Amino acid sequence: MKIGVFVCHCGSNIAGTVDVATVAEQARNLPNVAFASDTLYACSEPGQDGIINAIKEHKLDGVVVASCTPRMHEATFRKTVERAGLNRYMFEMANIREHVSWIGKDVEANTRKAIDLVAMAAAKLTHDQELTPKSFSINKRVLVVGGGVAGIQAALDCADGGLEVILVEKTSSIGGKMAKLDKTFPTVDCSSCILGPKMVDVAQHPNITLHTSAEISDIKGYVGNFTVSINRKATYVDNQACTGCGLCMEKCPSKKSTDYFNEGIGTTTAINIPFPQAIPKKAVIDPEFCMKLTKGKCGVCEKVCPTSAIRFEQQNETIEEPVGAIIAATGYDLFDFTRYGEYGGGRYPDVITSMQYERLLSASGPTGGHIKRPSDGKEPKDVVFIQCVGSRDKSVGRPYCSGFCCMYTAKQAILTKDHMPESQSYVFYMDIRAPGKLYDEFTRRAMEEYDTKYIRGRVAMIYPKGDKYIVRGADTLMGAQVEIEADLVVLAVGAEAAKGAPQLAEKLRISYDNYGFYMESHPKLRPVETNTAGVYLAGACQGPKDIPSSVGQGSAAASKVMSLFSKDMLESDPQVSAVDIKRCVGCGKCIQTCPFGAINEMDFRGMVKADVIETICQGCGICTSTCPQGAIQLQHFTDNQILAEVNAICQMSPVQNYE
Amino acid sequence: MSSSLVYAYYPGCSGLGTSLEYDRSTRALCAALGIKLIDIPDWSCCGSTPAHTVDHTLSGALSARNIAQAESLDVQGIITPCPSCLTNLKTASYRMRDEGFKNKVNKLLDTPCRNDLPIMSVLQVLFEKVGPDAIKNKTTIPLKGIKVAPYYGCIMNRPPKIMNFDDCENPIAMDVLMEAAGAEVMPFPLKVECCGASYGVAKKEMVTTLSGKLLDMAADCGATSMVTACPLCQMNLDLRQSQVNRANKSHHEMPIFYYTQLLGMALGLNDEDLMLNKLCVSPNKVFYSLREPQRAEAS
Repeated sequence: MKIGVFVCHCGSNIAGTVDVATVAEQARNLPNVAFASDTLYACSEPGQDGIINAIKEHKLDGVVVASCTPRMHEATFRKTVERAGLNRYMFEMANIREHVSWIGKDVEANTRKAIDLVAMAAAKLTHDQELTPKSFSINKRVLVVGGGVAGIQAALDCADGGLEVILVEKTSSIGGKMAKLDKTFPTVDCSSCILGPKMVDVAQHPNITLHTSAEISDIKGYVGNFTVSINRKATYVDNQACTGCGLCMEKCPSKKSTDYFNEGIGTTTAINIPFPQAIPKKAVIDPEFCMKLTKGKCGVCEKVCPTSAIRFEQQNETIEEPVGAIIAATGYDLFDFTRYGEYGGGRYPDVITSMQYERLLSASGPTGGHIKRPSDGKEPKDVVFIQCVGSRDKSVGRPYCSGFCCMYTAKQAILTKDHMPESQSYVFYMDIRAPGKLYDEFTRRAMEEYDTKYIRGRVAMIYPKGDKYIVRGADTLMGAQVEIEADLVVLAVGAEAAKGAPQLAEKLRISYDNYGFYMESHPKLRPVETNTAGVYLAGACQGPKDIPSSVGQGSAAASKVMSLFSKDMLESDPQVSAVDIKRCVGCGKCIQTCPFGAINEMDFRGMVKADVIETICQGCGICTSTCPQGAIQLQHFTDNQILAEVNAICQMSPVQNYE
Repeated sequence: MSSSLVYAYYPGCSGLGTSLEYDRSTRALCAALGIKLIDIPDWSCCGSTPAHTVDHTLSGALSARNIAQAESLDVQGIITPCPSCLTNLKTASYRMRDEGFKNKVNKLLDTPCRNDLPIMSVLQVLFEKVGPDAIKNKTTIPLKGIKVAPYYGCIMNRPPKIMNFDDCENPIAMDVLMEAAGAEVMPFPLKVECCGASYGVAKKEMVTTLSGKLLDMAADCGATSMVTACPLCQMNLDLRQSQVNRANKSHHEMPIFYYTQLLGMALGLNDEDLMLNKLCVSPNKVFYSLREPQRAEAS
């Protein structure tokens, strides 16, 4: 076998702390190595050409590139060797950047370690086999989880592209957080007026199937062939029959149901349509407060419904949908401000959240768009906004910036003046973060044209005095303590991961960060992909995002799905487990340990044997280390290949070399 | 609640002087509720505020000595009525979880400190171990008609990491105990505000401003008396009330009780133990309202 070794400088990334020329020189002495050289940037076009030329010139059978992490460029170099006529699995990578040059400054020790890693890779390469990917067909339907603006945009783009879309929403209507907003920044246009038509498009699009009051209970399969179980909660109303006339709401005697759409300001009827523009516009019964369901009495809605749509006997049901790709757009939740005891923590009625204020401002809100204090219904005069409640605060476990609070606070300050010209708004802020298009101009407008008083500093405490609230804080620009008498205090609550986001991530087999936000494949270059093929991200499930970014990412995720579906067949990775039928004793240990359910029992001439479903296998290798017979082997990482690496390093470096 | 509650008691220096009535009423109340107190033998001053501003190790050692003295007793923990003593004891104990600090402190001591006894305020024991139900059951003279603003002061619950009791922004222990004894507890939003502390000596106007705010707020909330758990808070609000009135042109006549005094009254303890005559602002007006409804019932 003839092996070529290419040692990359990676500019000064590697060459700065590794003597690459020596590594290449030492590599030449390794068994089977026919050619070795160092190269400035192996991944660049001339670098790749150099590899191709060497393969042809020296008739190489395999290639080792010693450079960065395989996560970065393994695919690149595999394509390179393929272009030179080799099988793409006759390639090995030695990571001498992340594993060597970036973690130590001792050139001599680094060089020695780099040589070891190259020797291991070369030893493994001598045992490499040519592998060929198989192809499989894909189901060109897409599941969108979450019906907020990001999910809506992704669903519409996919549907317009001709794909069949299943849109699943947890609540009884799509629209998400945006539907609750009164106006949007920085254009101050009506939120439901721009979102409403999109919601209607979803309802009317022939390619979109909408499941509301539904959650994902299970996901099986792999890219191109997922099977999703959707749990539809009983709404006690037949959606086909209900016309959304609202007669039931007028007559329902139980009026204590929590009004989730209005953020808990006020209550609603036990049977309700959450808001006038709801999609689907179908009534839903809150079983906690419905007297028929709790006490067996009442049933007024059943009597008045003109289309006999009420179904008290309705049960939860589970439906299965086969899809080829999944877009997660589960959005975010708002920080629970009651954790700030010094702000009244839910004790003071006139200390409210920004979203509650949004509902007070909205013409379709509980006050018809008149700003009224929750405690006594009076119109406030002095309104204090407090920013960074649950953002940039390590003490409550939310050290990150929520990004959009500066902007919505400016918007609310502007709207406050619009609604009540005699009012005065104050904003306690930490920094103003307004980096979007027309954003800074907008916050300036709030200060300069709308006379909002911006005070830089945190608020220490809020306490009631008479029918007012004293807001005490620091003015760090003035270097003094300030106290403001407020009629109403609005807390700009930050964003946190949606409740249940980590649980869904487990089902989707994608990673999430410390805070529960979903992780993208690469923070810069693969922002909507995840580490699981066929699963994409849109909107604030990935981190706090405003509407333009969410919509942009929704479209991006849709376009990723469409480029995935532009092929009829997908290639499966051949780096999967394979069973040696002769050795397998059918003990089934591998079946138990496989986290992906990729191994089945099969009957082989009357004997039980293990069988790997190649499209499900993720190549993790747990089964191979479990198998007592050594009968199951991970292709490209067989016992022989790993032992060859171990042998190589043991021969090269007696232990004392590392001391 | 049984006689199994046995604690090492640390009265602190103020308990022997400025807050004699706090110490006496605490002892009487504990006895009435079946808590056995054993005074820490040969206890010394915890160093109060000055020590920790000079040297953390020395300040730690002053408290550690008292903790070590208590460790010779067969008790469930160390308790003290004074929040300042409590802070010093708990801070020393917290810091001594670090072996390095513990070794430095133990070098200064004759007997090394084990640091394994729980340290609590008397309030915490009454709230968590005795409980409001026991108070309610033992109450013979319910504090009917007493409108009280509970004032915890700034250090009873702070810093929460060290004090580890109740809510540091909105504590409720005294509220609950007062209600159990039949008093009407007013929603008092400045529960954990500073009264000016020891600035009464150095910068009197600071105390008259801060304590003035507290008295104003209590009156605004409809309270006719305040109840405290801290000797310094009590002193600033009670002893200096006339100074506060003069500085702020206010006319408060707000009796400032220790919570142990009011609970003691509810339990029917005698005047000798409660030492109500030690208060500067006379509580007679309040007691009149207390006795009024009972008199009315009797007649």
